[in-house]
Amino acid sequence: MNLTATRRGEVAIRDLSKSFQISGRRLDVLSQLSLEIRSGECLVIVGASGSGKTTLLRVLAGLETADDGEVLIDGRPVHGVGSERAVIFQEPRLLPWLTVLGNISFGLEVRGEPQAHARETARQYLSLVGLDDFAEAYPRQLSGGMAQRVGIARALAVQPEILLLDEPFGALDAMTKITMQEELSRIWREENVTMVMVTHDIEEAIFLADRVLVLPQVRGGRVKLIDIDLPRPRDRSASAFVRQREVLLREFGLH
Amino acid sequence: MTLQNIGRSVSFAVGRDKPSPAAALLARMGSASRLALSRYGLVAAFLVLWQVSSTHGWVNPAVFPPLNAIASALWKGITGGALVDDIAISLQRSGLAFAAAVVFAIPLGLFMGSIPAVERAIDPILQLFRQTSALALYPVFILLLGLGEASKVFVIFWATIFPLLLSTVGGVKEVDPKLIEMARVYGASRLAIFRRVVLPGAIPSIFVGMRLSATTALLLLIASEMIGANKGIGFQVMNAQYNFQIPLMFAAIVILAALGLIANSAIVLLQRRLCRWSEPVSI
Repeated sequence: MNLTATRRGEVAIRDLSKSFQISGRRLDVLSQLSLEIRSGECLVIVGASGSGKTTLLRVLAGLETADDGEVLIDGRPVHGVGSERAVIFQEPRLLPWLTVLGNISFGLEVRGEPQAHARETARQYLSLVGLDDFAEAYPRQLSGGMAQRVGIARALAVQPEILLLDEPFGALDAMTKITMQEELSRIWREENVTMVMVTHDIEEAIFLADRVLVLPQVRGGRVKLIDIDLPRPRDRSASAFVRQREVLLREFGLH
Repeated sequence: MTLQNIGRSVSFAVGRDKPSPAAALLARMGSASRLALSRYGLVAAFLVLWQVSSTHGWVNPAVFPPLNAIASALWKGITGGALVDDIAISLQRSGLAFAAAVVFAIPLGLFMGSIPAVERAIDPILQLFRQTSALALYPVFILLLGLGEASKVFVIFWATIFPLLLSTVGGVKEVDPKLIEMARVYGASRLAIFRRVVLPGAIPSIFVGMRLSATTALLLLIASEMIGANKGIGFQVMNAQYNFQIPLMFAAIVILAALGLIANSAIVLLQRRLCRWSEPVSI
């Protein structure tokens, strides 16, 4: 839907460190992390809980500031949130008093776009996530999967270069999850957007990722980048897929 | 993955042959009357018990006159105009005070809820004032404002502020921080976050506050009219009792109850129109 050539969405992470003070003790969550994320790629971050994957995503989003190091987007350092990035959270975070259409155009409207135009754009993204019939429904009338589709449409409607996803399907049931992963894979190809996604689901990572970033389980351990070189659309039952899954599980000492 | 009402219509259509329109109508009337019975059955039973006890002399009919006597006193009071002036002046007192409380407490509550430092500074004095009974302060207000309308409206206003203010502050503070963060991600300014997230999120609580305040307003109205007035429904309740016009006394009480119910349903109606997305809580 947007094939503007000037869009890039490249991310460079340089020596990023972040620690938290928890009951007087210093907890290093990220230390000296460096990474390049290519334009238009899908990078999936996995790691045990507490490994800092959500923190990394929140730093990229501009919701947290790093203690040290920097994040560059298309060569420019990041300070706070920015219009070239959109975030999809685990919870859909829809405004209950707005209709589905109103929620999708919310991002555009707070950015100062005239409402009529914002709603028109919102309608396109409503179609993209297959919810045309629900434009006037309220969030409480939606199922979990539908609500998350609305969240995705709202993020895409602002036409970000980079889409940051924090365990977006973590709260969905297994069947809905698979449908949503397929949908997201399709949308990612159509929208030509850089995706950075955090998940704890290995299969989800392999299904979607060009590369998987494995954050270390032990403090000070090395991060690992694993290329997922499988043809798309991916088949979860293919032997190459299953092999890849075992490789990744071994990273977690689970196989 | 379905809308609730689709689910409802499906369950309606399944497992039933087409009923004749008459039978369907009967069935609907049957279920409607069952619903009415379960909702208003106790009220009806109470009224019947009252009437029977009074006419059969189970209770002293001089203290609990039969309902028809109360109804006729009410009818005479309204058509004869004796109670109309009282209703008008009472509505004016409580309406003015309530409107002033809305205008004062909602903006202050929004301000306090949005800025923690302001709330910290105001909360102690607010608690002090709130815990001091408004009726205990009524003599002070009379000293300050005289025995006329001003002191009555002020004491009602004073008591009415607190439920509304506290509900508004609570409503603002309870707005989901995750929604605010979401708005921040889209670059919303502080003003836009307030206008588009905090304010609509607080509205259901504000309505709860308005309903509590309306009840308080009527309560204080009656109390102030009983203490120092020569007109008003509260005055009529007292006056009728002094003169042993018991049916008239109950007629005035019925008017009070009606005013309370009307005020409450007016606010609920307004809430339904303003926020269709949420169901009003029943209190």
